[in-house]
Amino acid sequence: MSVNKIDKKRRLLLAACTAGGLGAMAIAVAQPKERVIKVTAKRFDFSPNVIPLKKGVPVTLALTSLDIPMGFNAPDFGVRADMLPGKVAKLRFIPDKTGEFTFYCDIFCGSGHESMSGSLVVT
Amino acid sequence: MGNDSNNDTNNYTSTETHNDIDRRKFLRLAGLGGVIFASGLSGWAAAADGGGVAAAEDFFFVQLSDSHWGFEGDVNPDAKGTLKKAVETVNSLEQLPDFIVFTGDLTHTTDDPRERRQRLAQFKQIVSALKVKTVHFMPGEHDAALDNGKAYQEFFGKTHYTFDHKGVHFIVLDNVSDPAARIGDEQLAWLAADLQQQPADARIVVFTHRPLFDLYPQWDWATRDGAKAVELLMPHANVTVFYGHIHQENHHMTGHIAHHSAKSLIFPLPAPGSQAKRTPLPWDAAHPYQGLGVRTVKPEPRPRNTEYTLTELAVGAAKS
Repeated sequence: MSVNKIDKKRRLLLAACTAGGLGAMAIAVAQPKERVIKVTAKRFDFSPNVIPLKKGVPVTLALTSLDIPMGFNAPDFGVRADMLPGKVAKLRFIPDKTGEFTFYCDIFCGSGHESMSGSLVVT
Repeated sequence: MGNDSNNDTNNYTSTETHNDIDRRKFLRLAGLGGVIFASGLSGWAAAADGGGVAAAEDFFFVQLSDSHWGFEGDVNPDAKGTLKKAVETVNSLEQLPDFIVFTGDLTHTTDDPRERRQRLAQFKQIVSALKVKTVHFMPGEHDAALDNGKAYQEFFGKTHYTFDHKGVHFIVLDNVSDPAARIGDEQLAWLAADLQQQPADARIVVFTHRPLFDLYPQWDWATRDGAKAVELLMPHANVTVFYGHIHQENHHMTGHIAHHSAKSLIFPLPAPGSQAKRTPLPWDAAHPYQGLGVRTVKPEPRPRNTEYTLTELAVGAAKS
């Protein structure tokens, strides 16, 4: 095998790698950026209580309570997590449908518990 | 869980007494877990006169639910009188039931432990006027979820237990003392051990507060590990569940197991998912106490081991 042939092969290989790299880059660009949204709870509110989301875009909710143990439950997406004081629970999911969906506190927390809810607004 | 969506979230109240129901209608209703419906005091009187309730070895019990003693609000301007009217309604039955069951939310929640005990004491005093002295209680989340049932147990004892009556095995399940609405592994193991003692064809009635199935989780109308209880009950052929919590009648099947919710004694709630928020239905001055009530439950005699006659009685209405 001559040196020229090796060089030619290397050039082809490099070209292929470059193309592959560009392809990977293109995929990375096409993937929507994952969002992290902080959500806090305190007796008897969520903040924010309206959370805008994009269909197909992964989201991570960073959940914590400012006072007593609460729960975050979004049954339309099959996800829930405890919200504990002093800890951050990360709840990741991908909204797979558009519309307005209820989330609510699923740990009975007191006299205002039953009105403690909010909306995920997926567009 | 094997939910039968055909029967989901529908109310099948009938103005007919069970004597009026022809065989075709009966068969259709039997598909809802063997329930025969009647409603109203006149319906009750007809049922009693018809001999069904009085037949030998027959019995019936009364279910009351969700009195929320201590609640104040426009949705029930007679919040301090409705429970007493319910007691009068039960006491005025021409025949008295063998026992009464109260499926939770005896009191309305309060963040003050002392006030909670006052409400439980007042509730207990009011229902002590019931002529029938065999009353089985269980908590709702309003009674028990903020202190894991501590105050409730001071007044009413255990939150889960069993009893037997005239060939029926009754199981009371607590799905509210855990504020996360779990029955919990310990109680589920207790349930499994109890069911193991029962033959597969035993006639079993379960009383609980929350629905054991996912009726409408968006409004917290579910039990987080309720499916585990239903799974344990599934091998038994003759199981029926009576519960409260949702302040309205609802009749639902999970496989062969029928689940029947009761009206409340404070305010009715909307049908599952029928409006954006789970806000109480407003008081209708033209029809006071509408949507509130108690029911009698009569197990049909063997071999109709999954059949029950439910008679819905209005509260606060003049007796016919």
